[in-house]
Amino acid sequence: MMRKTFQGGVHPNDQKEYSRDVPFQAYLPKGDLVFPLGQHIGKPAKPVVKKGDEVLAGQVIGEADGFVSANIVSSCSGKVKAVESRRTVMGTTAMSVVIENDGKFTLAEGIGAEADYKKMKKEEILSKIQAAGIVGLGGAGFPTHVKLAPKNPEEIRYIIANGAECEPYITCDDQLMRTCADGIVTGLKIMLSMFPGAEGVILIEQNKPEAISAMEKAVQGEQKIRVLAVPTKYPQGGERSIIKVVAGRELKLGMLPADAGCIVDNVATIYAIYKAVCKSEPLMEKGVTISGDGVKNPCNLIVKIGTSCQELVDAAGGFPDGAEPKKILSGGPMMGIAMASLDVPLQKSNNAITVLMEDEVELSQKRMTACLRCGRCNHVCPLGLTPQMMGVAAERKDYERYEKKLYGLECIACGSCTYICPAGRPLMQLFKQAKAEIMAAKRAQRG
Amino acid sequence: MSGIVIATLVVGIIGLVIGIALVATGKKFYVETDPREEAVRECLPGNNCGACGFAGCDAVAAAIVKGEAFVNACPVGNMEMVEKISAIMGVKAGQAVKKIAVVRCAGSCEATHEKCNYVGINDCRAAVLSGISVWECDYGCLGFGSCVSACAMDAIHVENGVAKVDRTKCVGCGQCVKACPKGLIELVRADKKVAVRCSNRDKGAAVKKVCTAGCIGCKLCTKQCETGAITVDGNVAHIAYDKCIGCGKCAAKCPSKIIIEL
Repeated sequence: MMRKTFQGGVHPNDQKEYSRDVPFQAYLPKGDLVFPLGQHIGKPAKPVVKKGDEVLAGQVIGEADGFVSANIVSSCSGKVKAVESRRTVMGTTAMSVVIENDGKFTLAEGIGAEADYKKMKKEEILSKIQAAGIVGLGGAGFPTHVKLAPKNPEEIRYIIANGAECEPYITCDDQLMRTCADGIVTGLKIMLSMFPGAEGVILIEQNKPEAISAMEKAVQGEQKIRVLAVPTKYPQGGERSIIKVVAGRELKLGMLPADAGCIVDNVATIYAIYKAVCKSEPLMEKGVTISGDGVKNPCNLIVKIGTSCQELVDAAGGFPDGAEPKKILSGGPMMGIAMASLDVPLQKSNNAITVLMEDEVELSQKRMTACLRCGRCNHVCPLGLTPQMMGVAAERKDYERYEKKLYGLECIACGSCTYICPAGRPLMQLFKQAKAEIMAAKRAQRG
Repeated sequence: MSGIVIATLVVGIIGLVIGIALVATGKKFYVETDPREEAVRECLPGNNCGACGFAGCDAVAAAIVKGEAFVNACPVGNMEMVEKISAIMGVKAGQAVKKIAVVRCAGSCEATHEKCNYVGINDCRAAVLSGISVWECDYGCLGFGSCVSACAMDAIHVENGVAKVDRTKCVGCGQCVKACPKGLIELVRADKKVAVRCSNRDKGAAVKKVCTAGCIGCKLCTKQCETGAITVDGNVAHIAYDKCIGCGKCAAKCPSKIIIEL
């Protein structure tokens, strides 16, 4: 019997009851749509439209610049208003294409054409995925066509559909698995056709029984695909945790999932692959959860990428009457990024907006004390690192020790240590800072 | 009687043997030291601030003597010190001018406003990494004081939300320049008396919206300057200090009062 869990992890209140049973609603944006050209890991795309151009929904407006890069596709029809620097969800500014939405969403030619993946060659599928601008929709935004072209394709043993959705509040993957199970399975079959030696695994946490039964129904009769229900534990959706559970392997320093014979993709990504390959539809829309105690009607929406976050919060009923939320996050409370303004566009890799009336970070900072050396952070770290010592090293800016002795660069910033810390110490922020400074020093060294 | 003789002889012979051994080892392991190294070290300030890029004053003294560093390698010391060192080294001193740090932002709490409530580590770098621009102005001083903790001379302090340099204490070591994640601090020759205290590269209207103490790129200063030292590049004024004569006319005319006489 294979071990069905990974070491460490925490059990935060999953808060999914806000939106778990709210079915998807399609939301069509009314205002302008903004498309930052760098919505993925790698080089930002090159804009191929200029001010005044007419574009159609599904038209490529930013072309991938190099291999590790991705196309940017317009999700609405209208006129290009500007190609300028705009604020993004990350808080920084980035070159973006702004499109004045004409409200018609006229599709570009050829979109929606049915195609059979079984008749396609591997290269054909890959180029379709690349053209559709698909990136990892779970959060990291790694270009999918790069992930699907590993060095040793014959060594891939598992293709894992990640439906864990361990982050509290978020329920859009849950809804997607309930409603589009067949599409996900077809997407997985497309991927399996590229890697004949591999087995498909759909990994779902046990707190989503409806999704599990929907997926199990969809995989009936499939020889090479199975559904794996795993205990609910954060961060089950992390790539390393998944590989540990499915393949029983731990990724060592600097190893990629492909080195362990695994390809892990979010269920939403796999659904996007299905749509790109079988329906010739590029990545234009995705499921997003708008949740938290700071919105009137928490919901799951299917939205066009590039929609302003303000519109999405309004679509969820806005803030409760007379109240102003303390904190708005893009993503969930564990790994999400605090937003200073809602006037930013939704990007490919964003899957939730969480609006909270109480800022727990602020509360924990108020009760912050010195480290108690209780060791709970070491106990919960899913990678087996020592956050307590890493925290001390990062605070002292002893980055050599942080990197060489404590392997601090391996930290995936899941925030389990910060969640569990009884002293309220901002461990994850320290680690993020340390990692960024070490990487910056390395880049400077390389010149 | 004979006991004393024997004891004296034994001690004497041991002493002689050890003495010879000491002289021999001393000769064998003799390290060639340059007397100039000590002399140069004497001239240096001795606060081991590391601003020269070496491990400390001893290290830079050794480097100067070996010819690996210039006689004016120490950015802290004054002209007198450089002359002394060059006399020891037997070279002619070049021009070493003391530099003082200048913060290119005047966006105090009154001039610009907090956009959000940043909660987290009180450090400018951590705040920048969080992605949130805490103040309305994206370019300005964050005021968490990474430069303050970097300064060994207690010469920079955050006053009213913006870092300010104490010109009497600053030695121009440049540690604050490295510490500032916004790249706002610049080393300016101490004899130059004007500085631009804004780094916002947005257009005038956008700057006015976010800060009352911002350069709007009006170019009034460039028209005032007789030597052509001021240019407006990327919507913010720059002073070329090799041309600046420090007349202060630009500072008098600046409508936003961001060019100031120090």
